[in-house]
Amino acid sequence: MASVTLSNIVKRFDRTEVVHGIDLAISDGEFVVLVGPSGCGKSTTLRMVAGLEDLTSGEIRIGDRVVDRLEPKDRNIAMVFQNYAIYPHMTVHKNIAFGLRMAKLPKAEEEKRVREAAQILGLTDLLDRRPAQLSGGQRQRVAIGRAMVRNPAVFLFDEPLSNLDAQLRAQMRLEIKKLHQTLGTTVIYVTHDQVEAMTLADRIVVMRDGRIEQIGTPTEVYRTPASMFVARFIGSPSMNMIPGRVEAGEIRFDGLPPLQRPGGLESAGGAVFLGVRPDDLKVAADRPAGAFAIEARVEVIEPLGPDTLVYALAGSRELVAKADSKVTLHRGDVVTLVADSGALHVFDAATEQTLRRQEAR
Amino acid sequence: MRLGFDPRRDPRKILIWTLVALGGIVMIMPFLFMISTSLKGRGEVYDLRLIPLAPTLENYAYLFRESRFLRWFLNSFAIASISTVSVLFFDSLAGYVLCKYKFKGRQVVFVAILSTLMIPTEMLVIPWYVMSKNLGWLNTYWGIMFPGMITGFGVFLMKQFFETVPDALIDAARIDGLSEFRIFWEVALPLVTPALSALAIFTFLGSWTAFLWPLIVTNSASNYTVPVGLASFSGEFSTEWNMIMTGAAVATIPTLVVFILLQKYIIRGVILSGVKG
Repeated sequence: MASVTLSNIVKRFDRTEVVHGIDLAISDGEFVVLVGPSGCGKSTTLRMVAGLEDLTSGEIRIGDRVVDRLEPKDRNIAMVFQNYAIYPHMTVHKNIAFGLRMAKLPKAEEEKRVREAAQILGLTDLLDRRPAQLSGGQRQRVAIGRAMVRNPAVFLFDEPLSNLDAQLRAQMRLEIKKLHQTLGTTVIYVTHDQVEAMTLADRIVVMRDGRIEQIGTPTEVYRTPASMFVARFIGSPSMNMIPGRVEAGEIRFDGLPPLQRPGGLESAGGAVFLGVRPDDLKVAADRPAGAFAIEARVEVIEPLGPDTLVYALAGSRELVAKADSKVTLHRGDVVTLVADSGALHVFDAATEQTLRRQEAR
Repeated sequence: MRLGFDPRRDPRKILIWTLVALGGIVMIMPFLFMISTSLKGRGEVYDLRLIPLAPTLENYAYLFRESRFLRWFLNSFAIASISTVSVLFFDSLAGYVLCKYKFKGRQVVFVAILSTLMIPTEMLVIPWYVMSKNLGWLNTYWGIMFPGMITGFGVFLMKQFFETVPDALIDAARIDGLSEFRIFWEVALPLVTPALSALAIFTFLGSWTAFLWPLIVTNSASNYTVPVGLASFSGEFSTEWNMIMTGAAVATIPTLVVFILLQKYIIRGVILSGVKG
């Protein structure tokens, strides 16, 4: 096990810089998820840690060792790929043992580790099969098994669940989390799926265009997004964003009643966006004092079971809110949407950075 | 006899089957005629009936006892085998590098290799000859073989095939600790065996039937390959058709064996490469 430290990592392909100086310190045993839309540099960053891409500049340490110049096999890492990348012409057993054979481990030790891994992953009965005879979930388990037997200091996962269907993805997500709890190995995990990031991570690193937007625990990133990008990317459905202007102690909106300027607003004014999560915006019967409230007409109702998503028009602006599933709503109803003032986010429209951080609950 | 279809319901099939059968007859006639001629005595050669009046095996006896045919056959076999092994190894190696490594000038190298496909053998024999003469390769096995040890076609075919090997597999092998050559040998190559089979067949048959260059580079009968040897039965004033046909009949056997054993791969190879070798 080991910590991983990235210092000012830059990656350039020909003349295009894709990663612009990333700093990230990952502690021993931590599960860190790099998340962001495609092309944000998360996979490239992971591949640089693995040694599959060279650094243009910067430094990577695994434990106390600088590994920039080491071959992948000498970095004490193991990697699981999106499309499994298990060898189609070898049996499951041979796939899992292949790396150990290369490392010239004694036969008995090799066999023991393969058996152990197969046991943990439920692959014991499949050891003589070939990958073509396995399901997607089983293949990904073989890939994880191959990584496990190496006893690496760091596990690297590159979108390992993207090729699986939704149900299997949820199941494998749980298995990966359990595996991390059992083995306690440092994990760097790349995904574009914010649900995977939220559910798996000790800390989430949100990336955009080759830069880190925010680093924090899932709760921090969800509750106190540092920028509009993070606010929109994390959480589903996306955070509602309402453009407005700060004027004379109020935030004024087009076609909506003004909002008393919330306390703790850092900047003096100008164009802003008011953000409120659908989870925090409730369909309410009454209007509690001091709360943000807005009248809106129901357009679409999406029952989810425990509660209902309500898409409603406030003026010309569509907002998403949540309602208790017991409340009966119809298209065209005019409702009051209410949010606690503590649940409001204000972003500078120019820099897209937050102006007021809501306290984490 | 069951036809597998009812001709009354689908009369178009009768037409198609008839055309296919006619095509088949046209293709097989030369072979039948070759075997027929090989069984005819000298006096009967110019009698064009298909079934010989007095079938005889004396041509075969003469071919193996009196001529150097066996030597030519072994020459051809050795040269075709060595060329095939060489082409399989070097073409797949070059194709792999061009496919999986990103380096400056990669496209230029690839286009240069492809452009060699546009130059016909007839244009190359003179430079080859001059080169062989200067290097002392005339009338040697190496002289016959060297132009076919690496082929542009094979490099192209293998490069296209390596595209089907996912990069992640190669990355996984790097992390597993394989050297670059062993990644090629143990991971990538086993995944392109259909292409290797196709290339092996094309190369072997191409070398087996090659005529012009072996004719030019050899000058002693002991170094002839089968096609050159057969051609030597055709003299200035007379041509021993019965001997040529007998030799050709025997020379067809390896080709037939290859086709029968590997027809699955040949068909696949032709489909995949879109080219006939």
